[in-house]
Amino acid sequence: MNKENKEILLGPLHLKNPITLQILGICSALAVTTQLKTAIVMSLALTAVTTGSNFAISLVRNWIPGSIRVITQLAIIAALVIAADQVMQAYLFDVSKQLSVFVGLIITNCIVMGRAEAFAMANPPLKSALDGFANGAGYSLILIALAVVREFFGSGKLMGHEIMPTSTNGGWYVPNGLMILSPGAFFLIGIIIWIQRAKSPSMREQE
Amino acid sequence: MNFSNKYIVGFSLAVCLVCSLAISALAVSLKPKQDVNRLLDQQENILRVSGLWTESGHPTPEQAAALFAQIVTWRVDRVSGAMTKAEAFAPAKEMIAAAKDPAASTATASASARGAQIGRTPNVLLVYQVTAPGQESWVLSIWGNGLWSTMYGFLSVAQDFSAIRGITFYQHGETPGLGGEIDNPSWRAQWPGKKIFGPDGRPVIEVVKYGNVRDPSRQVDGISGSTITGRGVSHTVRTWLGEEGYGAWIGNVMKEAKP
Repeated sequence: MNKENKEILLGPLHLKNPITLQILGICSALAVTTQLKTAIVMSLALTAVTTGSNFAISLVRNWIPGSIRVITQLAIIAALVIAADQVMQAYLFDVSKQLSVFVGLIITNCIVMGRAEAFAMANPPLKSALDGFANGAGYSLILIALAVVREFFGSGKLMGHEIMPTSTNGGWYVPNGLMILSPGAFFLIGIIIWIQRAKSPSMREQE
Repeated sequence: MNFSNKYIVGFSLAVCLVCSLAISALAVSLKPKQDVNRLLDQQENILRVSGLWTESGHPTPEQAAALFAQIVTWRVDRVSGAMTKAEAFAPAKEMIAAAKDPAASTATASASARGAQIGRTPNVLLVYQVTAPGQESWVLSIWGNGLWSTMYGFLSVAQDFSAIRGITFYQHGETPGLGGEIDNPSWRAQWPGKKIFGPDGRPVIEVVKYGNVRDPSRQVDGISGSTITGRGVSHTVRTWLGEEGYGAWIGNVMKEAKP
């Protein structure tokens, strides 16, 4: 793998992370991270959609008229999201019920649109697919990290299995209510961004 | 690059056509599988709420059918409360469709129906009678609005209507992690044993704001951050147990049960 592709693949995982650098996709990062299982499925769905949409949009990029390019991107993304939703309803019925509206909302997830507009419109299909995958993976990384912390401290569980017996079930652990609420995710994302910026000066804005 | 208007119109038509064809083909081909999932999910919900299925996994369609041999489906006239036995299991879809048909439903007027945004209730209701030994009870089909969405579920009540046996929601669009916790087993575990009716025969069961339970015999603690969803559940349950829902039928059954 050459250096450029490596950069495309690894950049979004850390220094160009869509959530912590570009601050995209925050709404779903708050909403579906109270449980690890939903976060993982959401991550998979979004990664599949960004990879697919970047690939498809890049394939037709030279034929897309500039004046209607955003709506064209949206049509392709929406089709892929509906496809993902339908497949989940047929094969992952449980999880699709839990994610409900959020799968549909992948359409408006800024990461998908952002990568289509910023990368897929100017690069060949395979490279674009790689970029979509990498950004999906960067999103997944943060989502899963948030979900692990929130589910562990918020309900004493991981993947639904009890790790710390909570006081409501007769155990010793008093669940942290903040972790279950959306602001809890905001604080966690803030802390991740803080640590990342403190360690990597390239992420800081010029004064 | 400059494109002519003709090209732009042609291109957008082509994109729409390709996308819609692909989606339709996929949706049609997956529909049978999704329908099976939905029906089984509904049956599982009825079995779970009535205590016939307590395993953590899902029942297979065969297991569900076998357990349903112990459940009798009744159609109930909402106004008179008269019951007629249905030949086979009828899914709640039947009631939901009737509620949308002005000829088969009646507009509601009560405050609780307004609170749960239940505009109409069907004239014919479905009741599932569980006849399994030790689990004798009724399962009622309920729905109402929470914060974002209509929540569809089942309510299991004791044979003599003295207490709730359980509640379950099989479809809703409430916020995952907040209102969506209405289908969390640990929240639903509060329901069994709650008193349904007060001395005057009106429903007294309710969901209160998180941490505000004063009377544990009839109040269910809400979910933190989901006050509106909880209120919706309260209004939903009260509407369906009241005169605009199963009220007349419940009155009949209670009268007959008295010596």
